[in-house]
Amino acid sequence: MNPYVPILILMAIGAVLALGGVAASAVIGPKRYNRAKLDSYECGIEPTPHAVGGGRLPIKYYLVAMTFIVFDIEVVFLYPWAVDFTTLATFGLVSMLVFLALITVPFVYEWRRGGFDWV
Amino acid sequence: MNPVILAAAAPGVTADFSQETIWASIVKAVLIVVFLLTSVLFAIWFERKVVARMQVRPGPNWHGPFGLLQSLADAMKLLLKEDLTVTRADRFVYLLAPMISVFCSLLVFAVIPFGPSLPFPWTDWTTPAQLTDFPVAILYVLAAASLGVYGIVLGGWASGSTYPLLGSVRSTAQVISYELAMGLSLVSVFIMAGSMSTSQIVDSQTQIWWFIPLAPAFVIYVISMIGETNRLPFDLPEAEGELVSGYMTEYSSMKFAWFFLAEYINMLNVSAVAVTLFLGGWRAPVPDGFLGGALNEGWLPILWFLVKLWGVMFFFVWVRGTLLRLRYDQFMVFGWKVLIPVALGWVVVLAVVQWLQRIQGVTFLDFIPWIVGGAIVFIAIMWFWPEKKEAPPGADADKEPVDAFAGGFPVPPLPGEKLPPSKRFGKEVHGE
Repeated sequence: MNPYVPILILMAIGAVLALGGVAASAVIGPKRYNRAKLDSYECGIEPTPHAVGGGRLPIKYYLVAMTFIVFDIEVVFLYPWAVDFTTLATFGLVSMLVFLALITVPFVYEWRRGGFDWV
Repeated sequence: MNPVILAAAAPGVTADFSQETIWASIVKAVLIVVFLLTSVLFAIWFERKVVARMQVRPGPNWHGPFGLLQSLADAMKLLLKEDLTVTRADRFVYLLAPMISVFCSLLVFAVIPFGPSLPFPWTDWTTPAQLTDFPVAILYVLAAASLGVYGIVLGGWASGSTYPLLGSVRSTAQVISYELAMGLSLVSVFIMAGSMSTSQIVDSQTQIWWFIPLAPAFVIYVISMIGETNRLPFDLPEAEGELVSGYMTEYSSMKFAWFFLAEYINMLNVSAVAVTLFLGGWRAPVPDGFLGGALNEGWLPILWFLVKLWGVMFFFVWVRGTLLRLRYDQFMVFGWKVLIPVALGWVVVLAVVQWLQRIQGVTFLDFIPWIVGGAIVFIAIMWFWPEKKEAPPGADADKEPVDAFAGGFPVPPLPGEKLPPSKRFGKEVHGE
């Protein structure tokens, strides 16, 4: 049997569980309409008309997301090399060190320009 | 499929699934889900009880023996509560988010080996004690774990409220930052084991569990697994004092229960991955060949696996009971400026050492003079390193301010550079 079939089975069970739980509580639970209850919570004060700045976020989060993509791809490239470490031998090691050095340069640049400072 | 391929285990995978039938898989999948749900009920009780003992309180002790049924009662209560959808919510995404969370968290245990092959008494039927395994099993674990972030980010966004949104962006930034360190710490295990299949990795720990030779990677993994699951001291997305309850603030009833469940299953997931990759998986804590390996056969390995799993879970609770929450900026700086560079450096060091050992045939004894020499050089450098002198006040007054727009777009200054004062500086504020 294909080793990915059990994953599909587990996914099906997980989906049924996730849907079933929400559906069950929607059926069982009481429904008593109350306007105040359906209002957004904001520590007892009048809620802001929109979520912070109309859904806008500090730029830092975008920066983190972009840096994450660079490093995540780097990590993914490391995995096949790590698995075949012995087979790839010297050539693999040298090319990986060159690759890591190339990634380190923008990392140091971002660090120096304050990309990782949060204050 | 090709019957020849079916006859043998996939390359790089130790567990043999060639005889597995679809019914066995269905039974195992159901057992895994049942195991996870009961473990979560137990974990909530366990956490409350252990934290209570650490704080010299009795903890839950009313429902059932030792209060064991407390979390079951809580779950029932949540099921019977009203299912609210706040007016400002994006209805479909609001409903979808908790389901994504719990769905993704259930997937990880598919490739976790609970033991080697299980024999069934009075039959000659055996089956591997894991649902499935393939050559990229750990990649699948990471994929399932990172998809879970969607539940958090969509749940916070779809609530249409301030605190959930802030909690969800914080949580996303935190999870993706610590996922990098986690991914980098796993690289060293793959170098040592030569495989990403979980059964093969457990098999490679016959002689020594990887947490001893790969101690730095293990420490990085443990720190980042706590950051990844949003647990104290890294529970900033749910910091009650600042964000009420983070991305779950606007959720009630089973939708809230799914977020809560997903968080605890994620704790079990990262603990199980730690056990499988670093702590020897289902192997008994005895030297190889002890009692002829009788402790590593049959149904006993499941016991060892569970003992180790709950050991790691106890560590989670212990950390929660001991450490204070970090500030968000400290937390992010720690992740990006300490964990990731250290993890990268460790991968390079390990790769070079392994290359010398495997390809160049250098033995461990040959390293000793180099290690000692390196330590002496390091201490000497640290000894004679000039102390950093604090710049006298006003030292940067005579510095030429740099033009931040020199390249056509604004660039932040490097350390030591000075920006020209803002054009609005010193002007009267309008309206005063």
